Amino acid sequence: MIALTVLSLPFMIRQPVDLPPIISVELIQISDKTNIPFAPKARKVIEKVKEEEKRVVSEQAPPAAKAKEKPDRIPLPQDQKEKKEIVKKKQNPEEVKPEIRQASEFEKKELVDTNQIAALIDKAKEESAKVEKQDNKLTQSSVKNSFATGLTLSEEDALRAQIFGCWTVPLGLPYDDNLLVRIKLELKQDGTISKSEILDHERMNRPGQKFYKVLAESALRAVRICQPLKVPQTGYEKWKNIQLNFNPTEMLKG
Amino acid sequence: MKKLFFILVIFFNFNYAYSLIEVDITRGNLDPLPIAVSPLHVDAQSDNLQDIKVKELGDLISSVIESNFKSTGLFNPLNKDAFVQKPDIAHLKPRFEDWSLITAQALVTGKILIKDNKLKVEFRLWDVAAAKEMVALAFTTTPTNWRRVAHIISDKIYERLTGETGYFDTRIIYVSETGPKTQRVKRLAIMDQDGVNVKYLTLGNELVLTPRFNPTNQLVTYLSYFRNLPRVYLLDIETGIQEVVGNFPGMTFAPRFSPDGKKIIMSFAENGNSDIYTMDLESRLVEKITDHSAIDTSPSYSPDGKYICFNSDRSGLQQIYTMNSDGTNVKRISFGDGIYGTPVWSPRGDLIAFTKVRAGRFYIGVMRSDGTGERLLTENFYQEAPSWSPNGRLLVFYRETKSGNDGEGFTAKLWSIDITGYNERQIKTETDASDPSWSTLLSK
Repeated sequence: MIALTVLSLPFMIRQPVDLPPIISVELIQISDKTNIPFAPKARKVIEKVKEEEKRVVSEQAPPAAKAKEKPDRIPLPQDQKEKKEIVKKKQNPEEVKPEIRQASEFEKKELVDTNQIAALIDKAKEESAKVEKQDNKLTQSSVKNSFATGLTLSEEDALRAQIFGCWTVPLGLPYDDNLLVRIKLELKQDGTISKSEILDHERMNRPGQKFYKVLAESALRAVRICQPLKVPQTGYEKWKNIQLNFNPTEMLKG
Repeated sequence: MKKLFFILVIFFNFNYAYSLIEVDITRGNLDPLPIAVSPLHVDAQSDNLQDIKVKELGDLISSVIESNFKSTGLFNPLNKDAFVQKPDIAHLKPRFEDWSLITAQALVTGKILIKDNKLKVEFRLWDVAAAKEMVALAFTTTPTNWRRVAHIISDKIYERLTGETGYFDTRIIYVSETGPKTQRVKRLAIMDQDGVNVKYLTLGNELVLTPRFNPTNQLVTYLSYFRNLPRVYLLDIETGIQEVVGNFPGMTFAPRFSPDGKKIIMSFAENGNSDIYTMDLESRLVEKITDHSAIDTSPSYSPDGKYICFNSDRSGLQQIYTMNSDGTNVKRISFGDGIYGTPVWSPRGDLIAFTKVRAGRFYIGVMRSDGTGERLLTENFYQEAPSWSPNGRLLVFYRETKSGNDGEGFTAKLWSIDITGYNERQIKTETDASDPSWSTLLSK
């Protein structure tokens, strides 16, 4: 009994917890609509990303590093093999080699010099921000993302605006077809792409799906031209894998 | 039980933490695709030719390709001055970094060799961003055919980049017009779709109108006022032989071939009434398709040959109707203000192009084959006679300008327009021109 009393004594003399003073907060409702050119927060985010990009460019652009990359990028061993086949099979007229391989596999190399393209992205962003002004509906993915994990609405808008500028939509697509192209990307921390996959890649080689193939290729081209993508500085694990749903239907309908 | 609960909590937390982020991209830019067309490299072992400057052939072919792309409004060929890689090296191993620096998204390279009076042309289309070859083809032909090779290459690239067949290796037949408005000399003429290689098929002694190709582009049917009697004629372009179609007692006009080329459909006017007839070119059997007191004219088959569209004034004003190819199931499909004429069924089968006159202005428009979705593409003082490009993407038509009392200031020119209503442009012709008709692809 005595031992128990002795043991419980320190708890009795414990000081009350020193809580921080209560800060009053005003609850506001977040609007469903976001608007990049006029949202001060979004503008700050873009400017911040711009500054980081400039810094990255200056850090990543030593000429020696570029020179090393060149031989890896250009003479692809596969290309060389295929060129040999061309010489064997020439006829009039004849297809020299099979058409572009479907982009279903994760690609193993970076194909675009990100430093050189970075300068183009700023301009594209300004232009696409104007387009974004018109497209102020809360999309399905926005809802999903805001409830799930990854990007805030501002971050998602910044990424979307960046890709708008890089995506040259093939004109002349039939707008009554199902034109949704889903691309899954695995990103590095600096926003460059380490793997890309068209989720419905089987459809590309089906007969009568030439339009889909053209659209899918244009979407892949857009993300390659755009990289490094504008991603948040933190939470890499959350946005490491990202899915982009390209759908030009509304735009084609005008 | 506790363990199970614990595992479930971990599992859901894990899923929550790594949910895949999805971003919808619903807008992009609608600028024409920047494309670099490198001059084709001329092999040093090429023979010299008398009529053709072989060394310049690479530049000439690439210029034709560039010109074709520019005319579509879908591509933006980049200025050659910005190219930093030599054509021969670019064809073997493009430096994609250099091409992407000048904003090229697609690159065309090629090589030509002339040996034993044969022209060998090889080209490759590259996706610059992906650093991949998209298509590569080789052609062999006679050197004088170099322009056609350029058009065929353009078609292959167009198809690969847009998903629809091209229309560059095609011809347009039209009525060439010369002289003052009151004394017009009208001749049948044929040219490449870009206005080059013009050939005149008739001398201009008789008035000619509404020439139309057959599906193989070897035969042409047209209306000629021979001895002041308007009749439908058939002309073989290769041999120059022509004949009257059918032995009709009156005036026949507005001819057009069936999609299989076996029949000609036309109007026949007798006693102030005109109906639609077909004539089988093999058996010469004539069949009456419509039988109505109204004026039925301008028939055009659907691409599958099952239906016919035509215009008729059976409801009072001239409107567009469709019917089965045997003349049954006649339906009126145009209901807008004004009058409608010259309906032509699209090669894709989905649209019908027409001329519309409303409040003294002329419109070229399209509507779905059930009459819904009418869109007026262009409006002017006087324009008519739309004809489809073989891929159903463009319409060619002719437009006349307003003239003075003595006909001064009068012109008639060919124009083309995309079915979106954009990219309206004049097609260059040696003389004034009217009544164009687009051929199918020459190389299928």
